[in-house]
Amino acid sequence: MSDKYFMLMILVCAAATFLLRALPFIAFSKRTPEFITYLGRVLPCAVMAMLVVYCLKDAELFNRPYALPELISCLVVIILHVWKRSTLLSIVIGTACYMLIVQNLI
Amino acid sequence: MGIFKRAFKDTLPVLTGYLVLGLGFGILLNSKGYNALWAFIMSVVIYSGTAQFVFITFLTSGASLAEVAITSTVMGARHLFYGISMLERYNKILNKLKKIYMIHALTDETYALVSSADANLNEQYYFYVSLLDHSYWVAGSVLGALLGAFIPFNTKGVDFSLTALFITICTEQWLDNKNKISNHLSALTGFAASLICLAAFGRKNFLIPAMIAIIIILFLLRSKLSEAN
Repeated sequence: MSDKYFMLMILVCAAATFLLRALPFIAFSKRTPEFITYLGRVLPCAVMAMLVVYCLKDAELFNRPYALPELISCLVVIILHVWKRSTLLSIVIGTACYMLIVQNLI
Repeated sequence: MGIFKRAFKDTLPVLTGYLVLGLGFGILLNSKGYNALWAFIMSVVIYSGTAQFVFITFLTSGASLAEVAITSTVMGARHLFYGISMLERYNKILNKLKKIYMIHALTDETYALVSSADANLNEQYYFYVSLLDHSYWVAGSVLGALLGAFIPFNTKGVDFSLTALFITICTEQWLDNKNKISNHLSALTGFAASLICLAAFGRKNFLIPAMIAIIIILFLLRSKLSEAN
């Protein structure tokens, strides 16, 4: 593959990604329909839930380890967060927990 | 606390996640015979983890430009939601260039931080978060391409930090006392639609059906949710 073609591929990929990010701003530049304003307000919670599922989609549910590393680590993050409300602490401990499990250290 | 300091503190979880994920990307790109300059260019102009990792598979399969365009669009469709949620806040930014840059920098993680930021934080905060996250990603991928496979410790599982970031934000939204009913209904909608679509369409194809389902359910619930607010 030539460098020129490689650069073209990068630009096409970048353009597609940018257009998706910019489309709502282009489409609703003049006037935002009421339904879109409503969506903008209620979407964040739904999207964050969707992202969590998206991140966990590759967990092995039906064979060993039966998604246990993910399940345990997620519970650690949630419990720690409800208890201490410190984002950094929840993430560091939760990630350490997950790494220890998947690297067979505990 | 200064706005920059606040932004830096809030982006620390992304710093770890992006450095490691970026490293992984750089190492992989380097193994295909492309050096740090390419890693730098890609991370600056594409700036999307999923798109860049898929891009590497294009390199081995020798994809056409049309394939690159279609795959990038389908893979990145969730970004449409981020724009819709940030319309009101980002449309207040008067500096056009700054606004365009911040739209370009609206990744999953940046969106997670700016969309859940306190109402009293202004556009300067959003800008710092965008710029900091972007620089972590670029730094990670360049470093990965430079170091190649010489990473001295086992990083397996460290990408869970991004999952953990999303979970803490979910939890925070759930515990938030303002708009409690609408937050809970919206989060449950997101979980239910995503899980059902994951079961029905599989890992590779569930995201777009899930997005459509979420919009339909939120449409049906709109009187209930508006009332709750």
